[in-house]
Amino acid sequence: MIKRLYLPGFLFFMVLIIGLYSVFFYAPVERVQGVVQKIFYIHVPSAWVSYLAFFIVFIASIIFLIGSSPQWDTIAYCSAEVGVIFTTMVLITGPFWGKPIWGTWWSWDPRLTTTLILWLIYLTYLTLRAYGGPGSSRYAAVLGVVGFLDVPLVHVSVKWWRSLHPTPVVINPQGPQLERSMFITLIIMLIAFTILYLLILSIRVAISRLEGEINELKTVSE
Amino acid sequence: MGSESDVMWALELKDITKIFGTTPALRNINLRVERKKFLTIFGPNGAGKTTMIKILSTLMKPTSGEAWIMGMSIRKNRDEIRKIIGMLSHNTYLYPNLTPIENLEFYASLYEIGEARQRILEILNRVGLYERRNEPVRNLSFGMCKRLSIVRALISDPQVLLLDEPYTGLDVKATLTLREILQDIMGGEKTVVMTTHDISVGLELCDEIIVLNRGRIIFSGNRSDINPQTFEKDYMELLECGGGG
Amino acid sequence: MKRIYAIVRKDLIIELRSKEIISTTLLFSLLVLVIFNFTFEPGSQASRELAPGILWVAFSFAGILGLNRSFIYEKDQECLQGILLTPVDRGSLYLGKFFGNIIFLGIVELITLPLFALLFNMEIINVLPSLLLIIFLGTVGFSSVGTLFSAISINTRAREVMLPILLFPISVPVILSSVKATGAILRGSDLSDISSWLKLLAGYDVIFSVLSYLVFEYVIEE
Repeated sequence: MIKRLYLPGFLFFMVLIIGLYSVFFYAPVERVQGVVQKIFYIHVPSAWVSYLAFFIVFIASIIFLIGSSPQWDTIAYCSAEVGVIFTTMVLITGPFWGKPIWGTWWSWDPRLTTTLILWLIYLTYLTLRAYGGPGSSRYAAVLGVVGFLDVPLVHVSVKWWRSLHPTPVVINPQGPQLERSMFITLIIMLIAFTILYLLILSIRVAISRLEGEINELKTVSE
Repeated sequence: MGSESDVMWALELKDITKIFGTTPALRNINLRVERKKFLTIFGPNGAGKTTMIKILSTLMKPTSGEAWIMGMSIRKNRDEIRKIIGMLSHNTYLYPNLTPIENLEFYASLYEIGEARQRILEILNRVGLYERRNEPVRNLSFGMCKRLSIVRALISDPQVLLLDEPYTGLDVKATLTLREILQDIMGGEKTVVMTTHDISVGLELCDEIIVLNRGRIIFSGNRSDINPQTFEKDYMELLECGGGG
Repeated sequence: MKRIYAIVRKDLIIELRSKEIISTTLLFSLLVLVIFNFTFEPGSQASRELAPGILWVAFSFAGILGLNRSFIYEKDQECLQGILLTPVDRGSLYLGKFFGNIIFLGIVELITLPLFALLFNMEIINVLPSLLLIIFLGTVGFSSVGTLFSAISINTRAREVMLPILLFPISVPVILSSVKATGAILRGSDLSDISSWLKLLAGYDVIFSVLSYLVFEYVIEE
């Protein structure tokens, strides 16, 4: 199983190296924000992956609920775990980017707030799996479905909420428009992060399967 | 499943398996029960008796395998099955703040039995609960509650009655009532499946018995094949030599 | 359908007979209003701005208590199993509980509202119809997911605290919209000003009622 990951792993490193080079040497330093703006190249891909992971949780949960096959449940669970990690990355890089630019660690920016809610829903998913008792896989799957459909509504409501109070920021952190080189850099990092997500997910699912096999062997030998 | 065989078998189980996580509770259960028969399922705790009853009552889905109740599939015709089964377990399924009449009328409405009141009053009278019919159930004694739960199980006049360790914790009066009702039933059209680990009570009314251990059927036979005196000893031996597992 | 009515009626009879939960929930709601009043100067600008939020905090917290109630009665003697044994379809069971919750929460809110007006010195008579509309839409939304999640949480180990953990992130759109709309109405705006909030609420209500209705059977069956 590990052998199968050599190629994607290698691919990831290649793309990452290209991406990092791109970030530091190809994409220009942003005029207004300076070097700090480069956190953008980690922040946005992390956000992309966290939504992708949650989408996978959504699909896997639906398939699991309809068919009850445990492997889809495993995929949902593992994707949620990985998703939490990437969402945490977004929530950490956000304030570190924001403090020098905005002057505050947290400004209830609409997108970050939606990410915060997403993070909370993920955590609740994991809590349900831990403390849900028998049937927790079903309950968590339900949350996976409901939560994902909720996120767009959260986003809309938070956006409207904040549009009445102008952000304490005159500068739009992304700049008026993305220059072409910045856009390309972003895409490269996006690809790198997606490969990373798929890598970690595969490893996590494989570990989960091994755990399952160990448990089965234990039961049979009893 | 031709219609001829539907009419013959009240219950038919084919390779029913139930696994909780990685723990198997039932393994490849194959069973057939004719109509109007009384089947007793013996087995120690953890043998899978309750799991089996839950699957038969459609409260639980099997992990694999199929089963038919009066010819109806437990996978496809769950609502149809629910119309014709009644269940008695150690839970009474009664609301403590409602009166016996309110409890029964509620369940009757879920079974879509119209004009149930008359019938309810009659049955309450028969089991000796008529005087207490308008008091909240929490004021009734444990034995009365058990009698009421028997009534509740029979409210829809089910064709198949499932009893999960029904005699546990019953007082003398309730035990007699239950036995009486079961004896009444045996003269009629109903098929009964009862689980118990009490041997004398289990052997009394049954036509057929099976013994479950660790999720498998390790013995099945007719009542007439059993010698009641030696059965207890045979039963212990059967369990000891590790049948099943 | 008659069965839905039977379920609603049964829950109402149980509730009216013991009055246990409705009285404690009402008291709790009142306490929330009073305690929050201590966080600022009465009659100040801050109190007028915060009032709608505090009202909905009271509604939400009381709502959690009320939602828990709907399945607590079914736990004793496993009455829920008794219901599941009958041919009633799981969607109808959801609707019965859902409508019962709307009625229960509605009663608590209707009694809390005048107390709120009293404590916060708010004129509500002239805006009552709009206010009631907002409260209705918000309660429906809260109950739609709340009924689903209370069925989940009643089966978990951390029973009491699991429901708020599940419900609050998911109901952010409802609470946000309701608070903003209530605030606008109390400040004198009319319905057309808050139409976007109302549309969001209505959309949420429809989406999540339908979703919960469809998904309920996976929660309730083993």
